[in-house]
Amino acid sequence: MGNAITNVLLDFALPTLVVALIFLAVLKFVVPPAVRTVFKREVRSYFMSPIAYVCVVTFLLVSNGISFWFGGVLERGEADLYMSYFQYLPWFFIVVAPAVGMRLWSEEQRLGTMELMLTMPIAPWQAIVGKYLAASVVLFSMLVLSFPIVLTVNYLGDPDNGVMLAGFVASLLVALSFLSITSLVSAFTRSQIVALLISIGLCLFVWLVGLQPVSDSLLKLFPSMPWIASFVSGLSVLTHFNELSKGILVSRDLIFFLSFISFCLFGTAVGLRLNRS
Amino acid sequence: MIEVRNLSKHFGDKVAVDNLSFTVKKGEVLGFLGPNGAGKSTTMRMITGYLPMTEGSVSIGGADVVEDELTAKSRIGYLPENAPLYNDMSVDGFLRFAAELRRVPAGQITDAVDKAIATCFLESVRHQSIDTLSKGYRHRTCLAQSIIHDPDVLILDEPTDGLDPNQKHEARELIKRMGEDKAIIFSTHILEEVEAACTRAIIIDEGRIVADGTPDELKSQAEHAGVVVARLRGLAGTGIKQELEKLSEARGLEVSESGEDYICARVDLAKGKTSEELSSAIFKMAVDKNLTVEELRIEQGRLDDVFRQVTQSDTAKG
Repeated sequence: MGNAITNVLLDFALPTLVVALIFLAVLKFVVPPAVRTVFKREVRSYFMSPIAYVCVVTFLLVSNGISFWFGGVLERGEADLYMSYFQYLPWFFIVVAPAVGMRLWSEEQRLGTMELMLTMPIAPWQAIVGKYLAASVVLFSMLVLSFPIVLTVNYLGDPDNGVMLAGFVASLLVALSFLSITSLVSAFTRSQIVALLISIGLCLFVWLVGLQPVSDSLLKLFPSMPWIASFVSGLSVLTHFNELSKGILVSRDLIFFLSFISFCLFGTAVGLRLNRS
Repeated sequence: MIEVRNLSKHFGDKVAVDNLSFTVKKGEVLGFLGPNGAGKSTTMRMITGYLPMTEGSVSIGGADVVEDELTAKSRIGYLPENAPLYNDMSVDGFLRFAAELRRVPAGQITDAVDKAIATCFLESVRHQSIDTLSKGYRHRTCLAQSIIHDPDVLILDEPTDGLDPNQKHEARELIKRMGEDKAIIFSTHILEEVEAACTRAIIIDEGRIVADGTPDELKSQAEHAGVVVARLRGLAGTGIKQELEKLSEARGLEVSESGEDYICARVDLAKGKTSEELSSAIFKMAVDKNLTVEELRIEQGRLDDVFRQVTQSDTAKG
């Protein structure tokens, strides 16, 4: 047990801490003060309301429960989580990320506080990034609180923690991509429920187009143009998640996620502007 | 301080604001009047940089709200219609948030919040959550955020809406006081407020300016402004009427009451004469004819008469 704890501390807690510190440093020294102000307000608002807790607890119960009972973490006899845990994790985020992000801009528009905030000396992108980062913290804390499963696997065997860490990084990036979709959708509606449902639909879509059957049928439809199939699957979050979670940190996949998120946040800005005029 | 030039806003085919131009200088309080849907809020939203304009330009102290957005916005304090607020914050927390976003230096935030809370009488609810506040307190909290950075320009969209008569009075006094060294635009439906707090008023209808001037100038445009009302006793009504008609200062008169030995009439002003000349002429005539003057006053003209005259188009069409 002692050994397992040391391993987990070294292989997971340390990188998490480093990431958190880098994040805080960026927030403190790099981003404009307005982003920090919005970020602080939003984080406080998340953790003052039941939303964050309900999402975190539900996510932990379901994700851990599923991998123990359905994924067969214990029965597999393999000391890794690839098949049993990371296979399922993104599916939860299809629901959880929109649940966390649905209020981002829809609530702001319903209450009219958007008018208040956007007439203060803050550029719209600063407000969008500040709010997005705050919601990211909620998703990040969900993954951090998933540590018991890592501890269990380390206690039972001698897994490749590097691969597992890659799985978490990939899951976080998927969660953040889904969150950016939600941010985009919430810019177009005043209703949280509508934002939630449409976001879930879109997340499911960008996830599913990467599945093998989809590319197979695209190949059948356009046999002479195989690039269509690879283009579509190249657009899917799933394809890039699979690459990353196998432990292969490819900059191409990282760039994909970052551009995906940037694109959606840019879309949020466009959406907000369209709504105003 | 505030310069609005040829400002227009179209929503699809509908023209909400049509080629508005006006300026507001430091020390001026501009009352913004108009029927519902005349384009008041739309104009204010464009001045504050919230709504993109279709045409024209707005500059705040020389900073264009489109080209130099953040500088312009940092000079404005804005109270949106219906006073939107973040319900999950306390009054104190919200004002701190507003102070930070409005670029109050970190060391002065506590002072700024204290001052705004004192100015808007919020001390008793300072640590209360905003969603438990009554409407009056919500409004004052939102007003407090607009003055927290001591801006040069204040844009207030119906600042007294939802307040009780005492609070309305306080708000008016506050606006008047702040107007001494700021440029203020505020919109309202309540015409007494214009007389009480504004140095100038603009009436807009269907997106166009239909009247512009000091409250007194506007009142003089009223149909009955300057007319002299007289109630004289001592002769038969018809006799007094003839005497009044003889006066060179009078153009005509409208008798509202007349009897055996008295008359009550509204005397219109002849061209080129002032109300004062007319009333002293009436008084002199009364003295000559040995009449008792029971009433003699100059009709001031009322702002709501002017308002109704210039904004009839809407209801007439409707």
